[in-house]
Amino acid sequence: MTAVTAGLAAQLVLALLSSVLTFSVPARARSRVSGISCALISTAGAATGALALAGGRGSLTIPLALPVDPLTLSPDRLGGLFMLVASAVGILVSVYGISYAHGPSASRTSWAALAFFLVGMQLVPAAADAMSFLLMWEVMALASTALLLADHAHGRQVSSATVWYSAMSQLSFLLLLGGFTVLSAAAESTSFSAMRAVSSQSPTASIVFVILILGFGSKAGLVPLHVWLPRAHPEAPSHISAAMSAAMVKMGVYGALLVCIRLLPDGPAWWGVLLLILGGISAMYGILQAAVASDVKKLLAYSTTENVGLIFLGLGASMLLRSYDATAAADVAIIAALFLVVSHAAFKAPLFLGAGSILHATGERNLDRLGGLGRRMPWTGAAFGIASLGAAALPITSGFVAEWMLLQGLIHGARVDGELVSLPVSIAMPLAVAVIALTAGLALLTFVKAYGIAFLARPRSPAAASAHEVPALMRIAPLIGAVAILALGLLPGPVAVALASAIGPEAVMNVRTIGLAGVGLPSIGALLDPVGLLIAAALVAIPVLTIIVVTSKRHPQRVAKLVWGGGGERNNPRMQYTATSYAEPLLRVFDDVLQPSRDVQVTHVDESRYLVQRIKVEQRVSDRVETGLYRPVLSFADRIGVLARRLQNGSIHRYLGYSFAALLVVLVAVSL
Amino acid sequence: MSVKRLAGLIRRTGQIAEPSPPAPELFEGAAVLGGSAHVRYIDAGGGNDCGSEIAAAFGPVYDVERYGGHLAASPRHADVLLVTGAVTQNLAEPLRRTVEATSTPRFVIAVGDSAINGGVFAQGYGVAGAVSDFVTVDLEVPGSPPEPAEIVAALRRMTGR
Amino acid sequence: MNWSALIIAVIQVVFFVLLAPLLIGVMRQVRAKLEGRVGAGIWQPWRDLRKLLVKDPVRAEDSSWLQRAAPVTLLVSSLLLCVLFPLVGAMTVTLIPGDLFVVVSVLLIGVVALALVGLDSGTAFGGMGSSRHMMVAALVEPTLLLAVYALSIPTNSSTLAIIVETRLETPAVILSPVSMLAMVALIIAIMAETGRLPVDNPSTHLEVTMLHEAMLLESSGRDLAWLELGSSLKLAALLGLVANLLVPWGIATTSSALAVIIGLVAIAVKVLLLGGLLAAGEVFLAKVRLFRVPELVAGSFALSFLAVTASYLIA
Repeated sequence: MTAVTAGLAAQLVLALLSSVLTFSVPARARSRVSGISCALISTAGAATGALALAGGRGSLTIPLALPVDPLTLSPDRLGGLFMLVASAVGILVSVYGISYAHGPSASRTSWAALAFFLVGMQLVPAAADAMSFLLMWEVMALASTALLLADHAHGRQVSSATVWYSAMSQLSFLLLLGGFTVLSAAAESTSFSAMRAVSSQSPTASIVFVILILGFGSKAGLVPLHVWLPRAHPEAPSHISAAMSAAMVKMGVYGALLVCIRLLPDGPAWWGVLLLILGGISAMYGILQAAVASDVKKLLAYSTTENVGLIFLGLGASMLLRSYDATAAADVAIIAALFLVVSHAAFKAPLFLGAGSILHATGERNLDRLGGLGRRMPWTGAAFGIASLGAAALPITSGFVAEWMLLQGLIHGARVDGELVSLPVSIAMPLAVAVIALTAGLALLTFVKAYGIAFLARPRSPAAASAHEVPALMRIAPLIGAVAILALGLLPGPVAVALASAIGPEAVMNVRTIGLAGVGLPSIGALLDPVGLLIAAALVAIPVLTIIVVTSKRHPQRVAKLVWGGGGERNNPRMQYTATSYAEPLLRVFDDVLQPSRDVQVTHVDESRYLVQRIKVEQRVSDRVETGLYRPVLSFADRIGVLARRLQNGSIHRYLGYSFAALLVVLVAVSL
Repeated sequence: MSVKRLAGLIRRTGQIAEPSPPAPELFEGAAVLGGSAHVRYIDAGGGNDCGSEIAAAFGPVYDVERYGGHLAASPRHADVLLVTGAVTQNLAEPLRRTVEATSTPRFVIAVGDSAINGGVFAQGYGVAGAVSDFVTVDLEVPGSPPEPAEIVAALRRMTGR
Repeated sequence: MNWSALIIAVIQVVFFVLLAPLLIGVMRQVRAKLEGRVGAGIWQPWRDLRKLLVKDPVRAEDSSWLQRAAPVTLLVSSLLLCVLFPLVGAMTVTLIPGDLFVVVSVLLIGVVALALVGLDSGTAFGGMGSSRHMMVAALVEPTLLLAVYALSIPTNSSTLAIIVETRLETPAVILSPVSMLAMVALIIAIMAETGRLPVDNPSTHLEVTMLHEAMLLESSGRDLAWLELGSSLKLAALLGLVANLLVPWGIATTSSALAVIIGLVAIAVKVLLLGGLLAAGEVFLAKVRLFRVPELVAGSFALSFLAVTASYLIA
């Protein structure tokens, strides 16, 4: 009984205990008790994950009453890493949920579902064979569907979002089932270690790869299978959105890594190209949609698509480079992809939790009606601000280190020792760098908009003006996330070494801790020391601050009542830029991709056509993938369904005829 | 023609600005500006004649910029406020707000007779008064309208150049 | 610890703080002379800065701590750029090499700080300037990264100091078609980033035509001084980088006193000459429509992408 085994068992036991407690304690104490027990589940998960990442081994086998193999849980280092990431997010979500859960999201169903969601999500990376994996995957998916339905009484959007979510979720499950079935048949075993024996160059492997990547990509939120993300994440209760966006999509990424590193390593080059293309398109489309979104949760959901796209870009680049033997750069690229995973979890959780705090304080999700929240909610503003910096990949945050590493891998990947690697790589790498640069720039705009419009200047609506700071537990959770972002950003060396160990022992040789906890990449000759950069910035700031201190004593500031808006009479806060107007130049530049629809209705005064009584302007940016791909497919399926109804016209003669025809067919088939 | 004169002529080729007259004395309290006066122009309701003269003062012929004057885009950036025209009812409050919005130390110059005492518009129903009725005026430039050279001289008193 | 490189970095920062307002003064003076005016003299921006420091800043009661902190952030990021760029010396300080992504990110911190000042002002113009400025910055970032990437391919290192040193050793690289394409793209990107014509008119008073100036309308006193100094430092540092990439001779590669003095004089001459050329060009340019700016920037992106792919396929 090793520590890892004990941890795995503890998570299962705690989940059962948590649901029992949820149903038995009185309603007043339910949130507190359930929240603490869910936090304990995640703590156990974090401990187990950390031990597994550090090299601990353990295995838990539970026989099931179903005619399948027993449930086998045995996390390796990569599984341990993802368990740790998911659990860390789970702790924050549970703690936040204690204060946030209200009404339907504080019901017994929701809290019990959260316990199962957390344990399912944490144990997916621990699965050692296909059946256990799929079982835990379904537990996670079903529990999240139940959680999503919490607010369904509020409006039709919630039920519609849940329908989309469960349909896409089951689609991904079917794809995974299909893929694993083919792979198990080829390997003649369902255990992952046996599947390694299947040759990655065979056509079976390619079919399995495509099916599994589509299945995992759907869960991760890759275009074109991402349509559930911008619908489901905004409608879920905020702490559930945080768990889904920061942790659940990582399970899709884990699946893709499982396929690419553990099950079918060293595949042909076109696998990497496929992932590069999918990742690049997701990244660009995601951030474009996020940049023009005015609903803060929809913005964050599309930002998840962008980050997942970048992760797959790194993964694809790594596979492509490895197939051309540029192993140093390939290792750096995959370590960068893992760093992106950890960094994204670190900043997406506080962003969604912060959005939840805003919703709690103002009742508004629409950025156009917020403003001035920085003075009214300083702690939430600080956490959201630091998380926005991380999302925009600015220095001393984790996002910066991750993108730096990815760029270094890509730049040095195209040339090994001054020699050109290959032609496809020479075209793919610059394109990838261009995609990353473009998404980084747009992410900057998106998060300046999100933070600036919500927290700065003056409130644009009475709801925002009457906002107040949220309770302590709702403040602490995002702040812990913000501290994590800064810690990962300032101490990247040890983190990168730990991530490299999750890939394999050869990868560890490419990363080193240098200087003041900075990260060095000796195999490609690059280094980054954020603490050094911070010290340099502090040193150059000292003279500036001295001058400020001296001059502010002699020339103190004067506080004016009004901002300078031309001195006119109309100075009300509604004249400020809103989120929609902030993104409007960008919308115009990219209108071919986004295709906004604008509708202007002018109502004239009855007496005269020259006078206008009212003008209504409506602008809508819909998801083009949904309108261009899904709706035609759905209407086609609808039409097929209508046609098929003709078979059932109610005539008993026809039904008897069908039975007779079927009997004939069977007799003929049996005699052949 | 001496070489020095020839060199001077070559150096001044293409220069449209007139040579500068002798500098007037520095306005009391303007030494803190140290030779740099950013100017915000406010038309409080006049007939745009003084405005045209101010535009000429900032143009290439009179070139007030060589003495340190510079038109600012916002009163927050300004040190000197040039106010022209008799103050109308609608502009009284915005004038006050503009002067309030300017950071201290600041100076207000009333340009033109209409700004100083209402001029020919003093009895008009839309006119609320002279500039000094609403804000403290530091310097006056009389004339209807004053010549650009006088406006330049007033600004040179602010910059001391 | 590379002490000589550290000392050269300090010298760079101090020198460029003195040089940046002088650069703006020279540019304004060149414009004035070409327009037939006498101009205020090359030391006027220094007088403006000195005056701004003795004025009391006015801050609206609705504004936040950002009005005080963001201008300082912009200035610190510009100062950090002067540390990271190879301006006077082509030597890297240990632990903080002027790597391409690090440099661009430090530049972007300044961009974000300025955008937040614009949003915090709480007026329509501040938001407008902020929105346009971020749009241009988002579109310019890919060009900057790709152009420096193209320049880094012949040297196999993305550290700017090493790129400049390699160009010093093998001048033939400077005239290669790849390098020329990348430099043109870089120059267009820098003009867009620093708000010069034809992207933005720095001396306009019409708010609707402003991109960068609109964000400053609410700042006064020392806040404005830091914003102006930060912007001019950014311009000076970027022009210095372009000058050293085009004409690297004069840059110090050893830490002897003579080399440093030659480096100082050389970079001053190069930056002022380049600034003068830029100002002379601006006299003949008009600002382009806002929605033509993405076309201009996309053109420079295409050039830099071409440079990168060409460098792989040709070399």
